[in-house]
Amino acid sequence: MATVIGDLGSRRKVFHSGDSASVVRLGRQIAPSPHLSDQSFSTQRMMGHVLIALMPVIVMAVLVFRWNAVRQISLCVLACLAAEALFDRFRGRSAPLHDMSAGLTGLILALSLPWSSPWYVPVLGSVVAIGLGKAVFGGLGCNIFNPAMVGRAFVMLAFAREMGASAYVLLDSELSVVTRATPLSLAKQFAADLAAGRVTAGEAQVQMEMAESIWALLVGQLNGSLGETSAVAILIGGAYLLIRRIISWEIPVGILLVSFLFVELGHVFEMTLLGPLQHLITGSLLFSAFFIATDPVTSPLTCKGRLIFGMGIGFLLVVIRLFSSYPEGVMFAVLLMNATVPLLNRWTVPQPLGGPVPAKAGT
Amino acid sequence: MSWFGWWSGSQNSFFGGLHPPESKERTAEVPIEVIPPPTEVRIALLQHLGAACELLVKPRAKVQWGEVIGRSDQFISAPVHASLAGTAMRATVATLPNGRHVSVVPIQAAESQPLAGSALYDALLGGTWPLDDAEQFRPHEIMDAAREAGLVGMGGAAFPTFVKLRRQEDQPVDTVLINGCECEPCLTADYRLMVEAPQPIVAGALLVRHALGAQRVIVCVEDNKPLAVRALRELEKAGVEVLVLKTKYPQGGERQLVKAATGRVMPGGGLPVRVGVAVLNVATVAALAAAVYRGRPLTHRVVSVSGGGIRQPKNLLAPVGTSYRELIRWCGGLTPDAARVIAGGPMMGFSIAADDEVAEKLPTPITKGTSGITVLTQQEVQRAEQTACLRCGRCVDVCPMQLVPTRLALAARAKQRSLLERYHIASCVECGCCAYACPASIPLVQLIRVGKIQFQNS
Repeated sequence: MATVIGDLGSRRKVFHSGDSASVVRLGRQIAPSPHLSDQSFSTQRMMGHVLIALMPVIVMAVLVFRWNAVRQISLCVLACLAAEALFDRFRGRSAPLHDMSAGLTGLILALSLPWSSPWYVPVLGSVVAIGLGKAVFGGLGCNIFNPAMVGRAFVMLAFAREMGASAYVLLDSELSVVTRATPLSLAKQFAADLAAGRVTAGEAQVQMEMAESIWALLVGQLNGSLGETSAVAILIGGAYLLIRRIISWEIPVGILLVSFLFVELGHVFEMTLLGPLQHLITGSLLFSAFFIATDPVTSPLTCKGRLIFGMGIGFLLVVIRLFSSYPEGVMFAVLLMNATVPLLNRWTVPQPLGGPVPAKAGT
Repeated sequence: MSWFGWWSGSQNSFFGGLHPPESKERTAEVPIEVIPPPTEVRIALLQHLGAACELLVKPRAKVQWGEVIGRSDQFISAPVHASLAGTAMRATVATLPNGRHVSVVPIQAAESQPLAGSALYDALLGGTWPLDDAEQFRPHEIMDAAREAGLVGMGGAAFPTFVKLRRQEDQPVDTVLINGCECEPCLTADYRLMVEAPQPIVAGALLVRHALGAQRVIVCVEDNKPLAVRALRELEKAGVEVLVLKTKYPQGGERQLVKAATGRVMPGGGLPVRVGVAVLNVATVAALAAAVYRGRPLTHRVVSVSGGGIRQPKNLLAPVGTSYRELIRWCGGLTPDAARVIAGGPMMGFSIAADDEVAEKLPTPITKGTSGITVLTQQEVQRAEQTACLRCGRCVDVCPMQLVPTRLALAARAKQRSLLERYHIASCVECGCCAYACPASIPLVQLIRVGKIQFQNS
């Protein structure tokens, strides 16, 4: 006979279906296997590791853009936390801010913004990221699109002037780095000039200049969004995430490999002045390969799916970089591929070891 | 992932799996101890996969040690024997840890037992064993001896052993794998057996090879058990091979073992014989040797009693039917923070109801398949609060069956048969890797179990 004994403090409600009719007072737990769990690996800790991995990038952003970076980052993080609290209230849930996901969204959004955008850009971007990017789908784990990229797409379309290529440049600034255009917009501009026949002999000169600046791109002395200036910092953070197995290798490898191939192709056909290596370390390509596209919620579950996802992003971003009027295409590439994730998950269901159990044997 | 299947096969390994804390140090160096005969054993009439036994003895009947007290005329079954000399009592019903209610025959021990202590150990495991004598038997004699001795798989599944020893002309077995992986954390019963009694293991392994007419017999041990490897290697010249495999949970799973040791992949839902392999646990072949060479039916087995909740963790040689209470008492009882009593290991074992005053309240008897009792503390079993699935794919990465556990759990929650089928629910072996690894603490295995029931009933 089964007898519910009642709730024993912190212990679970247990009942005993013993072989005798005697009712015994029970104190031990009944629970399904497995009885162990990996206590070193929780959602919160996962987010914490991403935060640690972002540290070199943040430090470089602050070193290069000084208080501008501090301002953007704090505005975004605070706005995201506030928006999370607000929308969770609307949804009648207690705000789980301690899981750090909202703060992380803010951080990623901030690192993808230009240093110069006025306060309402990060704030509105954050509200849209958390609200339209996440809360409307049902909160953490339910969203289809990368929230930070949804927020960024919104402010990019809504505040074209504050987010455009010219927003990155301030000729008379005391920060020398922002007196020059971003490498990608420079390249775009030179390419346009060349096509229009405005530059002929200068072409070789431009290419030289670009080739020389690989070192500058690596350590982060060129203009750009906050998080994309230093390839080295991004690679350090990315390596940390890979070693800790917070992200899997398929997405970064897929993005980098395919974008390298297609940029090389474009370079051969003279559609871009930058070589493939320069393309890889300019703009937010590296940053998104390790920190944005690898968002677990909006990337596929299976290994094969992740590789296809990464390759798709690599392809789309090259297409946008080479053929659109935008100098950078990472954001749209990520959002477009986010939309394919449910389908990729469905297409890439792996075959179980030894193949599926035949219907008769299975039941 | 799946396209690394071919690659991982060449490395004595398999796809997926993980490394839970082994926690074997508590009992790894504790020699097997023979417990004194308990005053009562309770022999379950269904200890194996297959048909339950019919009771053969009347209440108050005197039974001898090793006397058959239950058998079935069904094919897939195994007789049960009295594990003590004494008096059989009226059969009652007990709940085994796996939740089945089965008939049990209590046997009250006689004053004097034919063998006890070190004499019992020597009779079952000790002494020298013939290592070149398997040929004297006809193959079916070995199979019949296994059947009569009530041998079942002692690694946990308890499948009747004689079925595996049957020669089938259409499905010949060329390789026999002796499973000494013992990948479950905490358990060391097989390890101690390999270290202390490699001879009966090898003798039994050679009997299996002869019974099946196989070419090779390979004892598979994980590389975290160097002493066991050394003990077995000394007997390699008798004709067995010792294969050291990577330490990874669930290396001892049948499909994973066959893949890692032979590179062959068992078809879904099929037995190892489909790829020409037979897999037997080390304890099972040791018991086979005892049955064939010494005429001992399966009445005793080594059980490791371990975990943070046990005062003096030990490896015990105990009669089948001994209560959990008796074994735990012999190990000094529970510590105050003991939180969960588990039949088997912490990854796949069943937790059972147990009172604070264990002395009176753990009547559950051990069976032929009980390789260990694990008692975990509150700290060991604590789990973070369940949060939303982040779709991080961790469960996919660790699933040794190459499934998508998070989707199976979702399908089970949604009660959708088509989804359960699409994600291959029938292939899940419930090893627990996904739930162990899940950062959101989702009870994936339990949800999948619920899904399996839905799948079968729909």
